[in-house]
Amino acid sequence: MPAPAIEVSELRKAYGDVEAVRGLSFSVARGEVFGLLGPNGAGKTTTVEILEGHRRRSSGEVRVLGHDPAARERAFQQQVGIVLQSAGFYPRLTVREAVTHAGKSYPRPLATAETIELVGLTDRAEDRSDRLSGGQQRRLDLALALVGDPELIFLDEPTTGFDPAARRTAWGVVGALRDLDKTVVLTTHYLDEAQALADRVAIVKDGRLVAEGAPSELGRSGSGYRVAYESTSGRVEHQTDDPTDLLHRLTGDALARGERLEGLEVARPTLEEVYLELTEAPRREAGRSPAAQARRDAEQPHQDAGPEAPRR
Amino acid sequence: MTTAALAWEQFRLERKLFWRNPSAAFFSFVLPLAMLLLVASVFASEPDELDVLIPGIAGMSVMATTFNALAMNVCIRREQGILKRVRGTPMPPIAYFAGSIGNAVANALVQVALVVVIGHLLFDVSWPRDWIALVVFAAAGVVCFGALGVALAHAIPNADSAPAYVNAIFLPVIFISGVFYSTESLPPVLDAVARVLPLEHVIDGLSGAIVTGAGVGDNLGELGTVALWGAAGLVLAVRGFRWE
Repeated sequence: MPAPAIEVSELRKAYGDVEAVRGLSFSVARGEVFGLLGPNGAGKTTTVEILEGHRRRSSGEVRVLGHDPAARERAFQQQVGIVLQSAGFYPRLTVREAVTHAGKSYPRPLATAETIELVGLTDRAEDRSDRLSGGQQRRLDLALALVGDPELIFLDEPTTGFDPAARRTAWGVVGALRDLDKTVVLTTHYLDEAQALADRVAIVKDGRLVAEGAPSELGRSGSGYRVAYESTSGRVEHQTDDPTDLLHRLTGDALARGERLEGLEVARPTLEEVYLELTEAPRREAGRSPAAQARRDAEQPHQDAGPEAPRR
Repeated sequence: MTTAALAWEQFRLERKLFWRNPSAAFFSFVLPLAMLLLVASVFASEPDELDVLIPGIAGMSVMATTFNALAMNVCIRREQGILKRVRGTPMPPIAYFAGSIGNAVANALVQVALVVVIGHLLFDVSWPRDWIALVVFAAAGVVCFGALGVALAHAIPNADSAPAYVNAIFLPVIFISGVFYSTESLPPVLDAVARVLPLEHVIDGLSGAIVTGAGVGDNLGELGTVALWGAAGLVLAVRGFRWE
């Protein structure tokens, strides 16, 4: 097995007294689409900017494609494409000029027209970048990151502010990158995005890793299955690790009574439920904010009420 | 591509961008020439005044095209995120800056040439008497003011306030450094301040080259002062640099 594209161990970054990243360790295999997921302020962007070479770490080990990104070697930067959270273009260059210029500093750039095609900007190729819509500018941004034909692409919140159609298009581009066997690291706070795109996600909170795995596995590792149906007295929900047995009993009872289980649902927890559980639970336990604590207690009066309570 | 080839690419890109921004091109190119024509027309019958004005405007042009232009350029590009993007690519920073500073230098040299040619053709000022001194002082001024302009950009918080910062320095400096009138008529305090600053020394060197025929050897003190400012500017430009 080839060496991983990215290896991070015990990464820490402090800004003054504030520790933004507090001992992160993870690795990303070559050809993998890896999602860094977490709420705002979790340390995602700081982490990615350290991997890109834009920031220096306070401590820990980082290898990206065999290089220390902090050394800012040209050989490293030739293999990496970066899409930052906010784009910067020369406003008076056309799409074609911008892509051609960006390609010049790479040893084996893709053809300009091919790159523009890849991001779907062919019909805007002769327009100046300051005439593009926000979504089109993000695509130009992506084109500038791809023109050098990099091994590894960083996408920092690639679809923030997109309308649903533009998001689908951007997802298609990430899919195309996967097909080209590129390694992709993307940060996002959209769970559906991580679920749709990432082979593996790491959930980060307060600068720490709280979970890591394939989106589907993370779902499975949560609170088992949820079984719900409508009864005459309202909606009934059960949590169970073994839905087979529960369903057998429920449907048997219903048939015996000659009833139907209206609105029957069997669902595994979505990544979203796991995510919310992981990113909110520790704060509740820590009781850092009395007001939030009180509000959560009010929402969940029976949180310690025995075996029916949601497991953690 | 080699670093030199990339610097050349960046230089060509900067030329293209410069001419695509007509208002910026106007301010850094046309305005000094318009001032030359206006003020020189007033003094057209007074050769002594023209002998002050032509090297003065040449020196002012060197400062405007490098110091002013680069301070603004760095602020704007920093704010637009262009510097950060460049930093994340294999484009060596030295190639980027060689290209972008080269653009400012090209503007400065074209301006000095235009001032000299207009001075000769329209206002009967002689051709420069010492071409070497002209080139040396124009080059020294360009390096010095270019470095100081980049250094100043570090102190400017955002692009909106850049013109205010730049003009707060540029306007007083050109008024006390003998651009429009001889520094002999300045109050002693202002004269002392002007002597510490580099522009007056650049203008003295250019004046020697264009008007009196004083060569580099005659103006070593002036050259030394400009070089000191340039060295300080380079150190500050590199050390304080912010990419975002």
